[in-house]
Amino acid sequence: MKMNSIVLLRILIGWHFLYEGAVKIYNPDWSAFSYLATAQGPLSFLFTPLAQPGIIDWVDTLNVLTLVFVGIFLLLGLLEKKAAFAGIGLLAMYYFAHPPFPGLQQLNVEGNYWFVNKNLIELVACIILFQNPTGSIFGIRYFWKKDKKLTKIEKA
Amino acid sequence: MKWTRRDLLKGLGGLPILGAVWWAGAANTVGARRERNELLEKLNISPSLPNNLPEITGKPVRVGIIGFGIRGEQLCRSLGFATNEWIEAMELEAVENPDNTALKVYRNQAKLNVKLTGVCDIFDVRAEKALNSFATPDNQIKRYRTHLDMVNSGEIDAVIIATPDHWHAPMAIDALNNNVSVYVEKPMTHTVEETYRLQEAAKNSKATFAVGHQHRQTLSFKTAQDVVEKGTLGHVSLIQTNTNRNDDNGAWNYDIHENANENTIDWEMFLGSAPKVPFNKNHFFRWRKWWAYGSGLSGDLLTHDYDRLNCVLNMGIPKSIMASGGVYTHNDGRDVPDVLQANMEFPDFSTGSSQIKGKEKGMTFCYSATLGNGFNRPTILMGHDATLELGNNLTVWPDNSSTRYAESLELGKMKPNIPIFKYTPGSNAKMPDAVSSATSQYFADKGLMWTYIDGVRVDSTFLHLKEWLSVIKNGGNVSCGIKEGFEEAITAHMTGLSWKLGRRIEWDKEQQIIKPIEGINFDEVLLSNGQWTKTSPRLGS
Repeated sequence: MKMNSIVLLRILIGWHFLYEGAVKIYNPDWSAFSYLATAQGPLSFLFTPLAQPGIIDWVDTLNVLTLVFVGIFLLLGLLEKKAAFAGIGLLAMYYFAHPPFPGLQQLNVEGNYWFVNKNLIELVACIILFQNPTGSIFGIRYFWKKDKKLTKIEKA
Repeated sequence: MKWTRRDLLKGLGGLPILGAVWWAGAANTVGARRERNELLEKLNISPSLPNNLPEITGKPVRVGIIGFGIRGEQLCRSLGFATNEWIEAMELEAVENPDNTALKVYRNQAKLNVKLTGVCDIFDVRAEKALNSFATPDNQIKRYRTHLDMVNSGEIDAVIIATPDHWHAPMAIDALNNNVSVYVEKPMTHTVEETYRLQEAAKNSKATFAVGHQHRQTLSFKTAQDVVEKGTLGHVSLIQTNTNRNDDNGAWNYDIHENANENTIDWEMFLGSAPKVPFNKNHFFRWRKWWAYGSGLSGDLLTHDYDRLNCVLNMGIPKSIMASGGVYTHNDGRDVPDVLQANMEFPDFSTGSSQIKGKEKGMTFCYSATLGNGFNRPTILMGHDATLELGNNLTVWPDNSSTRYAESLELGKMKPNIPIFKYTPGSNAKMPDAVSSATSQYFADKGLMWTYIDGVRVDSTFLHLKEWLSVIKNGGNVSCGIKEGFEEAITAHMTGLSWKLGRRIEWDKEQQIIKPIEGINFDEVLLSNGQWTKTSPRLGS
């Protein structure tokens, strides 16, 4: 039962990442420029330089590819540890570029946050996925498992 | 090994979800973009590119600056001459606040083919400041005691006039009569009578005349012209434009220099045609607060807003103006109002109509100002079909009851709260730019300070001066010349007169005069101290 919930979590997070990636791929005008250029908080010095011309194109491409990669493999239940790990990295960057720390202005948010926001929660959910691979319950890894099971039975 | 349907569902169940999510992302985005592109195609608005000016080649234009105060210094910087003091101050600023790009913008500014050869300022400290910073071994800048010495010297091709208002026209006329080109700050003139004399002088002179409304170079305004020309807004019936400032600098209470005294300032020269009053530092540094030298909100800030819109709409001088207001926020001895509302009527003007012929005609231009509150009220043009917000950025919202967009609104392709057009030329630059003071933020928001070309911030005053210099060298037309300056000055004077007299002031288009009022001498009223009564004293009397 517990694992079924984690499967559900994996599907939803994969869904979210893939949709974000697809939307950006089909919108050539999209760019992380303003998100990065307006970065705030103690680590903003890491993000603002990424908004420079020449660099921002690479950042945009890498961001979209990672989103799509995480989305596809979490949905398929394959390489899910790598996908969850990449998702953690991406979410950590989103979180620290605009952290919900007291005293910082919260831009384009619909709720109220104090240290904890949805990026952080999704990040922790990705840690759960990283620690609990479920591709063998629902996902392509199921075939491997079944294969092994059958082999075992045949041996017996 | 045999796969059951259950196995396939468990192993490949993610695949249809993947397909569905991808399809949804693609369909929603592509659909929204297609609708957007169709809309933009229909609106057919094209952000115009900056004027391609011919190069200013050959011998450098020999420029003299008259008035090296706050604005004079700014103009010299735009010309490529920053004082040592300013550079030092900006270097410090940049260390404290890395977002302050003022010095970087200055250093990246293209070099203009000019030679600053003369300076004329009646305050020794300022004149010496200019000489100390700009004089070089091969260009010993000359200090002229009077503007006449300068324009008669034969060593100056063009002058920049950044003096108190009451000196604008006399200096500009003297320069033009000597075929010396003129760039004069706004308002172009201080009285009605000299407005006509300056018009004559500009027409008869071989030299180039320009008024310092630098926002005519702002790209968003050029785009706004296109927005209006394409009928995007429908019939504009009301324009609302505002001044909202709430700081000492914005209320013209500038610093008084410690070395200012009767020995360092040529007081008689400062007074010029103004009433003879004893030496007064307050008057010298804060001259904008008295009608004798300045013209308050109507000449100082309304002129910017009026010309901004005249640049977009080309609506000319209003048929009538009614103004009201008073000294409500800075009761410090000033006699110009610090709260002012001016309603200008344009009964015959139209930006076009999407409704039946003859239904819509006429427009009111409402200028509203206070120096006691800094809440940002944007400039908006209110049309039957859409609303335009105008500043450095430009945004168009469709109107809920628009005739032109009725179908799109009904189909949900347009929504009244979602802009149909947005022009943000600075969006490629690192935002937000740091600006130094509340007053400069005020000008920046209005698109009066800089513009963006290919995402790079460019000082619009630089572009305006460059255009003037190019016309001096290569011929052509300046974007704010005597016609535009005349319209701006008359509008400012009509507003001042309306406030002072407490009555409607009308413009006679055929005769090109302000309709006379029996028993009233307009210039006497304009120069009088505060609001007019039969026994209104002039300053100092």
